[in-house]
Amino acid sequence: MEGMGDVFRALADPTRRQILDELVIRDGLTLFEICARLMTVHGVASTRQAISQHLAVLEEADLVRTRRVGRTKIHDLNSAPLRAITDRWPITR
Amino acid sequence: MPIRINLTSIFVDDQAKALAFYTEKLGFVLKNDVPIGLHRWLTVVGPGEPDGVELLLEPDEHPAAKAYLAALVEDGIPATSFAVDDVAATVRELEANGVRVTQPATPMGPVLVATIDDTCGNLIQLTSPA
Repeated sequence: MEGMGDVFRALADPTRRQILDELVIRDGLTLFEICARLMTVHGVASTRQAISQHLAVLEEADLVRTRRVGRTKIHDLNSAPLRAITDRWPITR
Repeated sequence: MPIRINLTSIFVDDQAKALAFYTEKLGFVLKNDVPIGLHRWLTVVGPGEPDGVELLLEPDEHPAAKAYLAALVEDGIPATSFAVDDVAATVRELEANGVRVTQPATPMGPVLVATIDDTCGNLIQLTSPA
């Protein structure tokens, strides 16, 4: 269960949860798109650097993965680590 | 002292390629093409706006310009933004014309935005009212 702490820590922040919300709507977002959606849809007024740090935390927890398309860095949701939660505490009903 | 904006500029990695893209793909119209040393004073205007704001297609020769453009593209930040009547329709048309769309039409508050690759080192944002 090592590493689960990272997942909980990553999910504990509302802005990071909103980033995941946006990636559920559409995968494959750039930093610019994530910032723009957070600002215009969620009213988040964080700096680009702050959002970049949030993404780093999500990436450390393996909830977000990045890849390159051309020279652009793209962020994808990886919800697989969430399975560890229900594996440990099964949902019985 | 009336003052007005008559020019805006973007850096491009190749002026001839940029002129082709901005006129043939995006539909801008050549306004000025004046040789200056190794490069050109190369501007385009919007179709039907011959006296409108000119877009200068400026060589990205300076090392700092290249570093700046690379950093913008890495984070998906558009170099500039153009207005269209209908982003969704424009994106469909551009894609059919072989233009790479890097962000599909997406609502951003009061506007609908999309992003395309200008093939000259820039991401370009297109907007229309949502």
